[in-house]
Amino acid sequence: MRHIISILIENEAGALSRVAGLFSARGYNIESLTVAPTNDSSLSRMTIVTSGTDEIIVQINKQLNKLIDVVRLSDMTEGEHIERDMMLIKIKVDDSAEREEVKRLADIFRGQIIDVTDELYTIELTGSGDKLDAFLKSLGEVDILEVVRSGTIGISRGEAALQLLSTS
Amino acid sequence: MELTGADILIESLKKEGVDLIFGYPGGAVLHIYDALYQQEDITHILVRHEQAATHAADGYARSTGRPGVVLVTSGPGATNAVTGIATAYMDSVPMIVITGQVPSSLIGNDAFQEVDCVGITRPCVKHNFLVKDVKEIANTIKKAFYIATTGRPGPVVVDIPKDITALKAEFSYPETISMRSYTPIEPVEPSAIEKSVELLLSAKRPMIYSGGGVVLDGAWDELIEITQLLNYPITNTLMGLGAYPADDKQCLGMLGMHGTYEANLGMHNCDVLFAVGARFDDRVTGNVEKFCPTAKIVHIDVDPTSISKNVKVDIPLIGRVSTVLKAMLEVLKKKKQKPDQDALAEWWNQINEWRSMDCLKYDRDADIIKPQYVLEELHKITHGEAYVTSDVGQHQMWAAQFYRFQKPRRWINSGGLGTMGFGLPAAMGVQLAHPDETVCCVTGEGSIQMCIQELATIRQYSLPIKVINLNNGVLGMVRQWQEFFYQGRYAMSYMESLPDFVMLAESYGHCGIKVTKKSDVVDALTEAMKIRDKAIFLDFITDSKENVYPMIPAGGGQNEMILI
Repeated sequence: MRHIISILIENEAGALSRVAGLFSARGYNIESLTVAPTNDSSLSRMTIVTSGTDEIIVQINKQLNKLIDVVRLSDMTEGEHIERDMMLIKIKVDDSAEREEVKRLADIFRGQIIDVTDELYTIELTGSGDKLDAFLKSLGEVDILEVVRSGTIGISRGEAALQLLSTS
Repeated sequence: MELTGADILIESLKKEGVDLIFGYPGGAVLHIYDALYQQEDITHILVRHEQAATHAADGYARSTGRPGVVLVTSGPGATNAVTGIATAYMDSVPMIVITGQVPSSLIGNDAFQEVDCVGITRPCVKHNFLVKDVKEIANTIKKAFYIATTGRPGPVVVDIPKDITALKAEFSYPETISMRSYTPIEPVEPSAIEKSVELLLSAKRPMIYSGGGVVLDGAWDELIEITQLLNYPITNTLMGLGAYPADDKQCLGMLGMHGTYEANLGMHNCDVLFAVGARFDDRVTGNVEKFCPTAKIVHIDVDPTSISKNVKVDIPLIGRVSTVLKAMLEVLKKKKQKPDQDALAEWWNQINEWRSMDCLKYDRDADIIKPQYVLEELHKITHGEAYVTSDVGQHQMWAAQFYRFQKPRRWINSGGLGTMGFGLPAAMGVQLAHPDETVCCVTGEGSIQMCIQELATIRQYSLPIKVINLNNGVLGMVRQWQEFFYQGRYAMSYMESLPDFVMLAESYGHCGIKVTKKSDVVDALTEAMKIRDKAIFLDFITDSKENVYPMIPAGGGQNEMILI
């Protein structure tokens, strides 16, 4: 089953390779991995999308927790959560009919055209991975030059929050 | 007062109570060696190869319970140390490895003797650090010792660029440390303790399976107390030997691939299994599908990742073995309920019937020297209380089976990684930590040659190590597998051009004795015990066809042993 694991990790050189190394050394899947500093610049938030049997997911969580740099982690898929992926896509649009059609599709998917040339549109689209896949599919025969996806990030719904425990 | 980075490092090690360092100098650590030279509290032991420094520190750590400390240079110094670091990691041995690094300005430039030490060691350390600021040295050393010695112990590498050791900073050593990202132990739920005791008491065919965690945590007193209070049978893993005295009637010896008949059948047929500081390693479980088919399992381990990793357990107890066992003992002593004595008596009858198979029998009347005989005699002469290190292979299994360890921290071997070349340097660390004790290195003619150069170190420091070389002229464990599973095609499992070990030992300034007759074995061992100022190399010419029994073949269950 697919799981989204969110990690608060010390924002230090090498922290990312410890996580990536753990996954390759133990043969776990990584579908996507994103990482960036949080509002507290000493911490990074990492989101890993992985899959495996329940036993493997439990092991992944425990093994990640065992890494000295990992401060806290949470398996988003255990509760209600929101996930987002961002995609930037560069499309060749030669004639006006094609330009109209792509613009219309982008609007339907609530994408934004963020760069335009005589022959190209660059579109930004945010949503779940499924939505991004659906957009790509809807483009049909259009000539796609580039696709960049951020990988999934996630956050839990409601009160639950992945943050430092107070040390008092 | 401001000190150089090198002095800060040495002062920090002193604050941690370090008395011995094992190492080898080189360009990137010259400032550190200069600082070492100008003080007297820490003794540096000069090995002949960096791998040996890590094994020696490992032997020191396993035999004392205190972390071993290693100092090596950058590049090849660090890569040579990797085997020893991985060995310590697999067996959860606390160790601090300080590696030199090229100057900060050259990192990433493919500088002379540069290697990405933090990158190379990452998968085989508990944690590692690259120190980028002289002000961070003291704090990093404090963290390194804290991480290495708490929770599940393990090696920690501290990589220090050369320029950092020359820069100056104010020295103040932190008294305490806490890390928001590292909480080694969380308290065990009292209800889980209660449930585990109830399950243990309900057993009709109980089995205690204890491992290296008991030794690492110094929890043997609690283990012995609970085992004897319950009168349950106990088996030790390779790493757990000595935590429960082998000669006690409740002890069934080692379990696993080369475990005893009674221990393995006890495991297979038990209804409650009490795993204490053991990790269900594949050499113990055999085929996990067939492992302990009728047992409910209680498992104590300090490392949550060990719980239900290989075998699903019913009651996990995460915590230090000593703490959990103490809590269990407290509950147990208050309980009115006692184990079912009739069922237990019946179970002991069954176990004693298995025991009467005498699965460790061998041809005691043979003219040729049987390796088992040498180890039995070694046990007699040293009363099972010597420190015994070993390398890897048949001799290791025979030592585990036949030496019959009576005390913990006496059996020093590479169980997890299976590192040939471990025994001799490990014995140096043990002997330096225990100058007046008897230290034996049980080895074979294959393994001993993997770190043979350490005979020079042993001479330099006058260490009276007894090398028990069970020389059968073949790589015995490889040969045994080839005999059983490859129709006797002995590919590369024999060695031509063996050295004359007696001359070799003597050329290093030691004493060497070649023993070819069974009738000379006892005399040679007795003679060896008298030598106190140098090593003695006993080269026993043993039966090259002898195999280790019992044996569970790969994929087999614990009830599927090959017996002699």
